[in-house]
Amino acid sequence: MDLSRKWLLDYVDVSDISDKEFADAMTLSGSKVECYEKEGHGLSNIVVGKILSLEKHPDSDHMWICMVDTGEEEPTQIVTGAQNLSVDDFVPAALDNSVVAGDKKIKKGKLRGVLSCGMLCSVAELGLTLHDFPYAIEDGIFILGDDCQKVPGMDIKEAIGLNDTVTEFEITPNRPDCLSVTGLAREAAVTFGRKLTLPSNEYKTAGGDVRDHLHSVTIEAPDKCYRYAGAVVKNVRIKTSPLWLRERLRASGVRPINNIVDITNFVMLEYGQPMHAFDLRYLDGGKVIVRNAKDGEKITTLDAQERTLTPDMLVIADENKPVAVAGVMGGEFSGIMDDTNAIVFESACFNGPSVRITAKKLGMRTEASARFEKGLDSDGCLTSLKRALQLVEMLDAGDIVEGIIDEYPEPKTQTVLDFCPDWINEFIGIDVSADEQQKILEALDFEVKDGKVYVPSFRLDVEHKADLSEEIARFYGFDKIATHFLTGEADGGFSDEQKFENLMVNTVLSLGFTEICTYSFMSPKAYDKICLPENSPLRNSVVITNPLGEDTSIMRTTSLASMMEILARNYNNRNLAVNLFENATVYTPNGSEQLPSETKMLTLGMYGNCDYFTLKGKVEKILETAGVYEYDVEPVRDNVSYHPGRTAEILVDGKRLALLGEIHPDVLENYSVGTKVYVAEINFDMLYEIKNTLRLYKQLPKYPALTRDLAFVCDRDMPVLRLEKLMKKAAGKNLEHIELFDVYQGGNIAFDKKSVAFSLRLRAADRTLTDEEADSAVKKIIKALSEIGAVLRS
Amino acid sequence: MKAQLEAIKNQALEALSEVNDLACLDALRVKYLGKKGELTAILKQMGKLTPEERPVIGQLANEVRAAIENVIEETENKLKSEAKKQQLLNETLDVTMPGSKNTIGHRHPLSIVLDEVKEIFIGMGFKIATGPEIEWDYYNFEALNIPEGHPARDTQDTFYITEKMLLRTQTSPCQIRYMENNKPPIRMIAPGRVFRSDPVDATHSPVFHQIEGLVVDKNITMADLKGNLLTLAKKLYGEDTAIRLRPHHFPFTEPSCEIDVSCFRCGGKGCPMCKGEGWIEILGAGMVHPKVLERGGIDPEEYSGFAFGLGVERLAMFRFSVDDMRHYFDNDVRFLEQF
Repeated sequence: MDLSRKWLLDYVDVSDISDKEFADAMTLSGSKVECYEKEGHGLSNIVVGKILSLEKHPDSDHMWICMVDTGEEEPTQIVTGAQNLSVDDFVPAALDNSVVAGDKKIKKGKLRGVLSCGMLCSVAELGLTLHDFPYAIEDGIFILGDDCQKVPGMDIKEAIGLNDTVTEFEITPNRPDCLSVTGLAREAAVTFGRKLTLPSNEYKTAGGDVRDHLHSVTIEAPDKCYRYAGAVVKNVRIKTSPLWLRERLRASGVRPINNIVDITNFVMLEYGQPMHAFDLRYLDGGKVIVRNAKDGEKITTLDAQERTLTPDMLVIADENKPVAVAGVMGGEFSGIMDDTNAIVFESACFNGPSVRITAKKLGMRTEASARFEKGLDSDGCLTSLKRALQLVEMLDAGDIVEGIIDEYPEPKTQTVLDFCPDWINEFIGIDVSADEQQKILEALDFEVKDGKVYVPSFRLDVEHKADLSEEIARFYGFDKIATHFLTGEADGGFSDEQKFENLMVNTVLSLGFTEICTYSFMSPKAYDKICLPENSPLRNSVVITNPLGEDTSIMRTTSLASMMEILARNYNNRNLAVNLFENATVYTPNGSEQLPSETKMLTLGMYGNCDYFTLKGKVEKILETAGVYEYDVEPVRDNVSYHPGRTAEILVDGKRLALLGEIHPDVLENYSVGTKVYVAEINFDMLYEIKNTLRLYKQLPKYPALTRDLAFVCDRDMPVLRLEKLMKKAAGKNLEHIELFDVYQGGNIAFDKKSVAFSLRLRAADRTLTDEEADSAVKKIIKALSEIGAVLRS
Repeated sequence: MKAQLEAIKNQALEALSEVNDLACLDALRVKYLGKKGELTAILKQMGKLTPEERPVIGQLANEVRAAIENVIEETENKLKSEAKKQQLLNETLDVTMPGSKNTIGHRHPLSIVLDEVKEIFIGMGFKIATGPEIEWDYYNFEALNIPEGHPARDTQDTFYITEKMLLRTQTSPCQIRYMENNKPPIRMIAPGRVFRSDPVDATHSPVFHQIEGLVVDKNITMADLKGNLLTLAKKLYGEDTAIRLRPHHFPFTEPSCEIDVSCFRCGGKGCPMCKGEGWIEILGAGMVHPKVLERGGIDPEEYSGFAFGLGVERLAMFRFSVDDMRHYFDNDVRFLEQF
């Protein structure tokens, strides 16, 4: 909301307050100022000049040498190419070292040998348009009219009224009443303790009866239209609005058009109530019917677009056709034309959400719809309508017909709240007397009487005593509220799961992985990129119905695609070796009656200087830190995203805890990654369930250990883990530790065989283990392994 | 014999004085003191001496042996220490060469800031709550006093899954969920991911992170809100930080405010960071709306509370002077490894 300071001063005298003080104080009382700007701030050293003489340039057929009275003792000589000047004209004269619009600097110089000490300016060179000064011409010098101050030497901004300050407010959605000059004036009056004087809306009519022209107003959809008031002006005299009105519109960012249109805009800005003016000629049957649109009904709006309507949209119609989309935009014939003779002024109140949905559907959010959709005060319709009529009289824009048609099926009931100053003091933590509180409320047009607060109709946001407390607090001053620190018992801290997550994150960091943060949504194409089969259950994702684009249209069911995306980006950015992790949430749909399951997947990804075993080692360390020692590792040959021979799953009680392996070359190709990539997906939620981070002291061994190294020759595809498990089982409880230390293929080992060597450590807890005992354990191991074809290597 | 002993002593000492390696020293030890050494040979002749001479010569012989042994030991020590010195010298490294490479991962800047905030609140007795990222319309809007058609729904362009299910646009639904499951006194923060349909640019992302805070107890006032958030501001930006409350509007708090901190770059004088204002907006807050307490199953006549919310991306932008939010989600390691 852009507020003109001149306009504000019409209603509250804050002329002694500087722009900065005004902005700061308004911000702190709740009307946030984004910025303020002086009009014409880019212009400098341009003054009113009076043309004293005009003389043809000796060396040019189109230039003139002007002697201009610029308020100095001596006239200023300025050369111009404009052809619209006459002696005694008053014009904007940019002097030597001046700046005109567009930051253009003007210096004196010679034009075809004749000295020119400045430049005479057009409207555009002052940063204005013909809308601001309709009597000026586009391609000529701006000749000041009688609405300007014709004083040679006067600063041009002063002379033509380009001297307002525009303050831009960010108005919160609960305060549509502040989207108006009067609303902000009220806030300013209370902020600075000044008197608010609202404009008068008294006018005289030319008699007659409104119903002779506007025969009826019918509201057929009272759920969408709360009130509709109309008045008629005949013998309309379309002309330019006076300068003061044009200035105020311009400062508010609205283009002046003609007096009638300007009046509707002026009242909208002043009271926040959008107005509309219909040409009575085009209102068939002289009737206004407020009704739902018929399905497929068409209207061509003022912007010359044909719109197709649906029955949930509200229209203003006459006997035969819709003439406006209610609260959004008028139809093409509703506009005011030069030959318009009689008009109907509309001041209505429509249902906010309905206007919002209609505007959104039709893709035309207008100044009017933006106001209606916030919910307007239905009680304010008449005030605005009367103000418009008063302006008609003031501007001599036509003859007002006696009477107003006001359809208001269900007048609003006033909100009445208990006045409870003690509760407010307690709630906010302040000590403001009841009198003081009452004064603040009354200044805001609340009525306080007999322990009750009567809320003014325009304060739709106030419906609870807490809302009153805000009014008190913001005008008492948030800065004056004391500072108090929480006391009492508190039972804070991380939950068990949060502690575990911290532990895991720190472990992964210390293992060299850098944390990433990726989007939760992705493109369905990402499933193709990771080669997921068409029938994969993972393709069943939570789908966003209104995504920004396909790329972000589904919620991921796997963290692999996100990880691949980031690895690929780093690869493309020529980062040579990269280790990344994310504890990424994935989302599994559960139908429309239940929220989707959200599961955290601790995802590791790496490339460069690593292989499958690097990754597996890291995963093992993570499990070890989580206290998970009992698990199976099974090869996974059929996951199409991964290498069929270099992928494993880690199972706990038959349930998959993790999947890890080398990424399939096809996937790498899809991501244009030219190096091997390793990824592990660990189900973090499951890991948390099975973790055991409780640590208990175990006695250090008292008796010495014996070691034995054994090498076996076995089938090449024999899993080492199987051998290990058999050995553990065969050796019994004295086998303390077993470690693979060599795998060898080739040489004198047969092609389909491999040699695997283990180091065993044996120890008894209660005595020194004898060699015989150790040897007997070894024998059992050899026997067990020979049963699956693993032979001790001699 | 006396002369012989003297001679051996002199010879031995002279020979020892020229020794410069341990092997020679050993040879001399054997030559003079060994079983077949010269001194032993002489001592073997002791039998031929008179009983009067024996103790005298015996003593002399011991003295000679001791003298030689002494020197041998000294020499040995000297040689050993020289050898060690030499060895150490030989082991000299170019200590300025770079050390072996280690990799420690880097925490994501958003997590660093989030951890910092969590720590501050845990210090003040808060718990950390979470909630689902895919939420019911009820928790995200309805229960937070944002009914259907409320303009606030418009300003939070929402991603919908179904008419009733959406991607939460704020962490505030955690307030309701927490109140439903916990009785006052409540002190909690709920950090998490939120979603709004903002196209990506330097200051917008359709995914971002918020931290919600909620305190509910008897006699909680706006003064508590001020004190609590002042503490947060001081812990984040230093003891000299001041805060400023500006009235604002959130549907689920009343009164509502936005909170600015005095610019941590210029201290409030005005600089490009604070756009010359001296203040930087960091969070929104307010007294929990009585209707919201009711929705959470808490009697607003008995209890009151305050709530607040802050954006993690924004905090991290200030903390690390990151000028483009896209870096957080691009995850280039050259960016991540700076933290």
